[in-house]
Amino acid sequence: MPILQIRQAIRDAMKEEMERDERVFLMGEEVGYYNGAYKCSEGLLDQFGAKRVIDTPITETGFAGIGIGAAMCGLRPIIEFMTFNFSAVAFDQILNNAAKLRHMTHGQFGVPMVFRGPNGAAHMLGSTHSQAFEHFYAHIPGLKVVAVATPYDAKGLLKTAIRDENPVLFLESELMYSVKGEVPEEEYLIPFGQADIKRPGDAVTVITWGQGVPVALKAADLAAAEDISCEVIDLRSLRPMDEAAIIKSVKKTNRAVIVYHGWPNGGVGGDIIARIQELAFDDLDAPVLRVCYEDLPMPYAENLENLILPSPERALEAVRRVAYKR
Amino acid sequence: MNQSEAAPDPAPQGDTDNAVDAAYEAKLRADYDGQSRDDVLRDYREMLRIRRFEEAAARAYTRGKISGFLHLYIGQEAIAIATQQVMEPGDRVVSTYRTHGFAIALGSDPKACAAELFGKAAGLVGGVGGSMHFFDKARGLWGGYAIVGNHIPVAAGHAFASQYTGDGRVTLCFMGDGAVGIGPVHEGMTMAGIMKLPIVFVVENNQYSMGTPLKRTLPVEDITARAAGYGFASDRFHVTSVQETRRRLGEAVERARKDGKPTLVELITYRFRGHSMSDPAKYRQKEEVDRWRLNDPLERTLMALKLIHKVPEAELDADDETIVAEMDAAYEFADKAPVPQPAARFDNVMAEGPYYGDSATTRPAGVE
Ligand SMILES: Cc1ncc(C[n+]2csc(CCOP(=O)(O)OP(=O)(O)O)c2C)c(N)n1
Ligand SMILES: [Mg+2]
Repeated sequence: MPILQIRQAIRDAMKEEMERDERVFLMGEEVGYYNGAYKCSEGLLDQFGAKRVIDTPITETGFAGIGIGAAMCGLRPIIEFMTFNFSAVAFDQILNNAAKLRHMTHGQFGVPMVFRGPNGAAHMLGSTHSQAFEHFYAHIPGLKVVAVATPYDAKGLLKTAIRDENPVLFLESELMYSVKGEVPEEEYLIPFGQADIKRPGDAVTVITWGQGVPVALKAADLAAAEDISCEVIDLRSLRPMDEAAIIKSVKKTNRAVIVYHGWPNGGVGGDIIARIQELAFDDLDAPVLRVCYEDLPMPYAENLENLILPSPERALEAVRRVAYKR
Repeated sequence: MNQSEAAPDPAPQGDTDNAVDAAYEAKLRADYDGQSRDDVLRDYREMLRIRRFEEAAARAYTRGKISGFLHLYIGQEAIAIATQQVMEPGDRVVSTYRTHGFAIALGSDPKACAAELFGKAAGLVGGVGGSMHFFDKARGLWGGYAIVGNHIPVAAGHAFASQYTGDGRVTLCFMGDGAVGIGPVHEGMTMAGIMKLPIVFVVENNQYSMGTPLKRTLPVEDITARAAGYGFASDRFHVTSVQETRRRLGEAVERARKDGKPTLVELITYRFRGHSMSDPAKYRQKEEVDRWRLNDPLERTLMALKLIHKVPEAELDADDETIVAEMDAAYEFADKAPVPQPAARFDNVMAEGPYYGDSATTRPAGVE
């Protein structure tokens, strides 16, 4: 099986979908001549031309809205945010137009489109460029929110996202574009709402997604060395969320830790805990813990950033605590 | 503080005490020169349908039948009628929360419109939108947006789709004078300019953004001064008749369709009611409103019918009665129509229906 980087898997997903469906186009800053700020659209301008691979001015609200308006006319836009930090500028378009129009128009219009780009902290980018947006978007009915951590998932889920009839927020990671993995040559799609067990185990459930996945897997390695067996569940999609997979695992392990990028207050992590306590209260042997950003803006200085980010060591500490092994 | 000096250039002139003086009549005759009786009568009826629909809405609101925000278009009807007349099948109107006029003008069923205002299942959008979110795709009404300015990029997206597919359609995007300062307007227009989209942006300058006249929020008097910065054509005029508005909007639409060049049009107009039903409009004086009444396109059209075409009062009265009866019937229908089923709130959230797990906290009661 070919080994690809995540950025290539994303590129291939877009390329195949654009070959399959004339209505699909890619729009964003530097997606064409520059081949993408993170080279996710390498070669697409050459193959599809400027009509379908469209460089925009720096107008997140403008091109997010163009995508929405085009989707309402039956096109299939892929809108690339250079990073999701800049989607904040287009938040109203996503919240009030993309998410609501199907409902507000009583189904006269749909908004089949993808907003994609890197999400969460990278390395030493400071407070405005190091934020995790799934917590904002997963709050909103009408949207789907997906986060990917492997080339296989990236390709299969992006193809699903492009074909979906709803607006999909597709979250990647700047630091993970070079992560390599096997990607089948033949076509495949991965449905939304299906978690993937990235590592089976039976003592502690570690729930994670996106950039949290490598952290959780590393923590599981460290825990294994201490004889604690972790089951690492990659949710892959946060809305819809595979509640059943979480509950099944928690009923087995009776313990859970959630590892993710983003602040603790009001985010997806707390939402997962609420579901666990509602559906598996009697199965819990320990409080569910979260390992995420400290509740602080992200500083530039490397030592400070490292204190705030969820690390394998902090995740291990949480795993020990829920396993009462410390 | 009173700020009743909002009238821009060209301000309407006239002696309000003696409305139909010689100057008024001469101007009227000049403006309606060459218009057939049938055409003027048609324009009058169409405008009157909007006005009577909205007067009935205002009464229903006062009786507590309509809640939420209700923004009336009274005074601006000629714009919607002229727009309908310049559109070809498939062309799109994208508008604001002040949008009943476009719905009625484009042929939406007054029954469905009234039912929407009443929050009924038979409403234009099933009772989920209310006054601010009228959409009627089949008739070219593409909204219905209530976050000021956020439809401008969306409308540009419709025009982009026309360019992408070559469907030959034109998008007409309307906004208020109060919208011109907000970011999405700038971004949407920038994109439309750079991509040369088949679109017409129309600012309905009705003198106020809620209680604020434009001169307090825009450093230049002429909104269309912006057109040059986007590479648009522009036009700016005072809306006093359907035919003149039709002619000039028509030019802009043609420019969009034939040359793919956007136009920014500023229409100088006036709303006679408050911003919404909850606004008594104390920021302006009666004299100002009276002065603008002289230029109310509906009143002028009525005068043209009487003075130029000598249409008998009885015929005009009969017309009016027919329209009032049509609108009364629409509101009666709305009043009697059933409210949406409880399960209707699950509809159209997602394309494939709502998805929920087993958590009762996150799953709405009664969802399958
Ligand atoms: C972004 C945003 N800010 C504020 C409001 C509240 N608001 C609704 S209409 C309005 C005034 C808009 O005036 P204008 O654009 O001139 O349109 P008009 O009401 O005169 O038709 C305001 C402030 C809003 N809906 N959206
Ligand atoms: Mg206004």
